[in-house]
Amino acid sequence: MVERQSPEPLSPLEPEFHVGSHGNFEHGVEIILTETRPGSIVQLAAWPGEEKKLIAAIRTVTGLALPDGAGGGLSDGVKSVFGFAPGKFTIADEAEGLAPAFAKVVTPAIGTVTDLSHGRTAIRIAGPKAEWVLAKFFAIDFSLPAFPIGAGRSTTHHDIFAQIQRTGADQFDIYVFRSFARSFWKALCHASEEVGYEVQ
Amino acid sequence: MLITCPYCGPRDVIEFTYQGDGNRERPDPASQNFEAWNAYVYDRLNPAGDHNEIWQHSGGCRTHLRVVRNTLTHEISSVAFVRGDHQGRGDHGSAARRKAEDKS
Repeated sequence: MVERQSPEPLSPLEPEFHVGSHGNFEHGVEIILTETRPGSIVQLAAWPGEEKKLIAAIRTVTGLALPDGAGGGLSDGVKSVFGFAPGKFTIADEAEGLAPAFAKVVTPAIGTVTDLSHGRTAIRIAGPKAEWVLAKFFAIDFSLPAFPIGAGRSTTHHDIFAQIQRTGADQFDIYVFRSFARSFWKALCHASEEVGYEVQ
Repeated sequence: MLITCPYCGPRDVIEFTYQGDGNRERPDPASQNFEAWNAYVYDRLNPAGDHNEIWQHSGGCRTHLRVVRNTLTHEISSVAFVRGDHQGRGDHGSAARRKAEDKS
């Protein structure tokens, strides 16, 4: 039997991904845009009443203890987790293999595991104007007290889903559909032009 | 118009999808009571005032919500999960958010 090989992930941003400084950067670069390219992205959903078991499974696999609260989450720089709906969580890891690891501990009685490693593109926006640029896209409150570090939000940009996790005081990771990622990336670049941005 | 989702907090109405009148009662699928089916499909209260509605937060957490909206003023007097079992069962958040909002 031939061993199944996982396909090499290709970035959908490539034709529009231009490393360097762009826009109005003469007075300084206020936005840094990168693609984080996690090795795995999964979504977990608990059946009603099984949420605590699922949260325990997340701790077992990732070592991350989810804080309580709607949209609560955290990131250790390598692995990230946040809630995006009641009993539903997004988890990303720099390494591959999250889905099979979760499939071992999230039994069918607890909930479901959906592997989105190739289905989502993760874009990181950082810098002193990150909140300001994102506020042009999404009608949610990006201020630190309303959107604390580690927390996640599920929202839309022109009917396209986006899940946003704050991974620093002025840093956000945005998970968008892979097929819409390039157009979203271009829009993000255009929106960042007036404050000067750098693609890394 | 803002709808305060019990999970996500206040969001613009553009993120929500109207799922119909919340007063309807679907007859048993095996029922042959045609009057009950007719009422379920066609009869609406159409009140000038508070109205029970079902909305889905389709551009957010995707939960279905019971919303009471005033059809004259668009004022929203209550929002709750259709499925009430997200409350107080280690639901990761919805109850905690409500508590935090009560304090503020």
